[in-house]
Amino acid sequence: MEKVLLLIPLAPFLGFLVNGLIGRKLPKPLVGFIACFGPVLAFYCAVAIFSEILRTGEPVAHSYYTWIQAGDLTLPFRLLIDRLSIVLVLVVTGVGSLIHIYSTLYMEHEDAWGYARYFAYLNLFMASMLVLITGSSIVMLFIGWEGVGLCSYLLIGFWYTNPDYANAGKKAFVVNRIGDLGFVLGVFTIWYLFHDRPEALELANINKYAQAALDNGELATVAALTPAALLLLLGATGKSAQIPLYVWLPDAMAGPTPVSALIHAATMVTAGVYMTARLHVLFEIAPHALVVVACVGMATAFLAATMAVPENDLKKVLAYSTISQLGYMFVGVGSGAFGAGVFHLMTHAFFKALLFLGAGAVLHAFDNVGDIRQMGGLREKMPRTALIFFVGCLALAGIPPFAGFFSKDEILFGLLNNFLHGHGPVWLILYVAGVITAALTAFYTFRLFTLAFLGSPRGPIERHDHAHDAGPAMMIPLFILAGLSLVGGWVNVPLIPGAQNFSHYLEPIFGAHGPASHAAEAFGLALSTAVAVSCAYAGYSVHLRNPTFSIREGLAGAWYQLAGVKYRVDEAYERVFVQPIMAGAAALWEFVDVGVIDWAVNAAASAASATSERVRRIQVGLVNQYAFYLAGGAVIVVMFVLGLVGE
Amino acid sequence: MFNLTNCLILSAVLFAIGAYGVLARRNLLVVLMSVELMLNAANLTLLSFSRWFAGGGAPGGSTALAAWPSATWVTRAPDAGHIFVLISMAIAACEVAVGLALLIALFRVRQTVSTAEVAELRG
Repeated sequence: MEKVLLLIPLAPFLGFLVNGLIGRKLPKPLVGFIACFGPVLAFYCAVAIFSEILRTGEPVAHSYYTWIQAGDLTLPFRLLIDRLSIVLVLVVTGVGSLIHIYSTLYMEHEDAWGYARYFAYLNLFMASMLVLITGSSIVMLFIGWEGVGLCSYLLIGFWYTNPDYANAGKKAFVVNRIGDLGFVLGVFTIWYLFHDRPEALELANINKYAQAALDNGELATVAALTPAALLLLLGATGKSAQIPLYVWLPDAMAGPTPVSALIHAATMVTAGVYMTARLHVLFEIAPHALVVVACVGMATAFLAATMAVPENDLKKVLAYSTISQLGYMFVGVGSGAFGAGVFHLMTHAFFKALLFLGAGAVLHAFDNVGDIRQMGGLREKMPRTALIFFVGCLALAGIPPFAGFFSKDEILFGLLNNFLHGHGPVWLILYVAGVITAALTAFYTFRLFTLAFLGSPRGPIERHDHAHDAGPAMMIPLFILAGLSLVGGWVNVPLIPGAQNFSHYLEPIFGAHGPASHAAEAFGLALSTAVAVSCAYAGYSVHLRNPTFSIREGLAGAWYQLAGVKYRVDEAYERVFVQPIMAGAAALWEFVDVGVIDWAVNAAASAASATSERVRRIQVGLVNQYAFYLAGGAVIVVMFVLGLVGE
Repeated sequence: MFNLTNCLILSAVLFAIGAYGVLARRNLLVVLMSVELMLNAANLTLLSFSRWFAGGGAPGGSTALAAWPSATWVTRAPDAGHIFVLISMAIAACEVAVGLALLIALFRVRQTVSTAEVAELRG
């Protein structure tokens, strides 16, 4: 079993090595095959491990070697897959494999070197993500965390000759790094609290020691867990694009669309959710940590949904939608319903990857123009793409029986449940905000679909004539994902007794959560469905009649326009953070680098030069003079030998 | 009159004359001759010490033996100084051959053997 376990991150990593080193010399079909082989093999191994876990009920773990041994700190290279991580591994390898296959056709126009480079980076990303998920200690998780950040940078800036794209990659990396600082400080805090206990950085042990601290009444330690949890949350906001570190994700749409699908919808951005779910005991015990998580998540979900409504670029709408749905996941986790958050992670991976890949199919056929104001009526030329995109929209809007409905509803019900159990009015506020956000989600989703696929063509006619459904390498993954978006939610159907398989499956990890009352649950279901269907229809009908619909008057108009410019957050960050830092850097460059360091080096050089200028006057070329120096030196040596001159 | 001190003085004077010639003469041939002179002065020093300190049949030799510290090599090889001189002469001969060859090569190129005129490698 250990070999199977190791193969999961290793297979894509080997694909990275082969394609990275010699890929540009190989024919493109071979490069594509090598690239897809790794993730598919990893998926196969994941299925094997899944059946093993179901059979024995125990996690599969193995230490491969001791990586660090320094004083208190022992860090083995250990991979561990339990019930929680196998879900993510299956999602990552499964959806990842589909996206790799899709990419073989999508990226066909690249030259050999670009093609190989793309797949090398994509494989490296898979390997890093799998290390993140399967690492048994928080440091291993961080290794994967950094790795996916690196690959995100490399892939966003894939077409690096375009300075805008390169800047988008840079922005993603820098913002991510800020989050990483929070993460690292969180790890340090945990180490500081627990370093005298054995193997304190294992994820399971962090949970165990936090629980022990609570049970033993160590109040100072328990109180100190909150800053640790919040610092880790900061890291998660960077990686999972929450407030305040979400600004990189819309810009990240500069990368190839399969990259957006894989990294920025289905996998990397879920790392923060995974980390929080994994360390759920820590977050539960640290006072107020979970409430903060939920509030950050809800604020992000709501604001991102408002920003998605006026957005006119196809991929950017999906980007803001991703930020919003990630907010939902954090809300789920923050309300204590960790299973719900993970469930939404899974279903979101399906339908968001579907939507992004569908958008890619549109871009592939539509000359890479993503402005939906210039689309319209694509349904006639791209009927199958329109169909799968419709399925994705239904899932995203949360309309039953599609996948998004079940997971989103479970999260909302978790909020309502918390309120009904008397945890405070904040949960009711969050619930209402969640319902409003769901309304907005349905609205903008069907706005997007209507403007792109329905109605009559609005852009140049040649482009519309050229639109076509893509080849099988792209369409088959789309259909598979569409199927998953339909049935993916059926693993956890509420109200029907015995149908909550997913929650039961995760119970050994998260503990059981019984609903407050069936009546409340039914109410929640009905409300969600009504809201989703009505707002979806509203989005559809408004934009079918008036493709240039927007609100301009009054308070709503002001809000709509402000949301259209994304509340000027990027500009604010630019003014408050970026420009002072750049000015400081310029000053440092001028005064320290040029003024001090360069001056010192140049001064040393000119001193040497001046000295040698003087010294070389000795050499006049006269042999007699040289002989004289020789004799003089000999005399001095003799004097030393005879002891006439001291040391 | 014929004692160690005077012989050593003679060697020193010869060496000084040779040193003067090396340092202050402009004709390279004279410089080479002065180098030979220095070598011969050193040989003379060696022989003087060999005659007066190594003993074995030389007038005034054995009495100086007591002043010599642990000198087992003196009893075993009383003519060591002479042997050094022979080696030194052989080396001097080789060195002169090489020096003269260089001199001739220089003359062929520059048509001069004056040290003042071959000063191109100035700083």
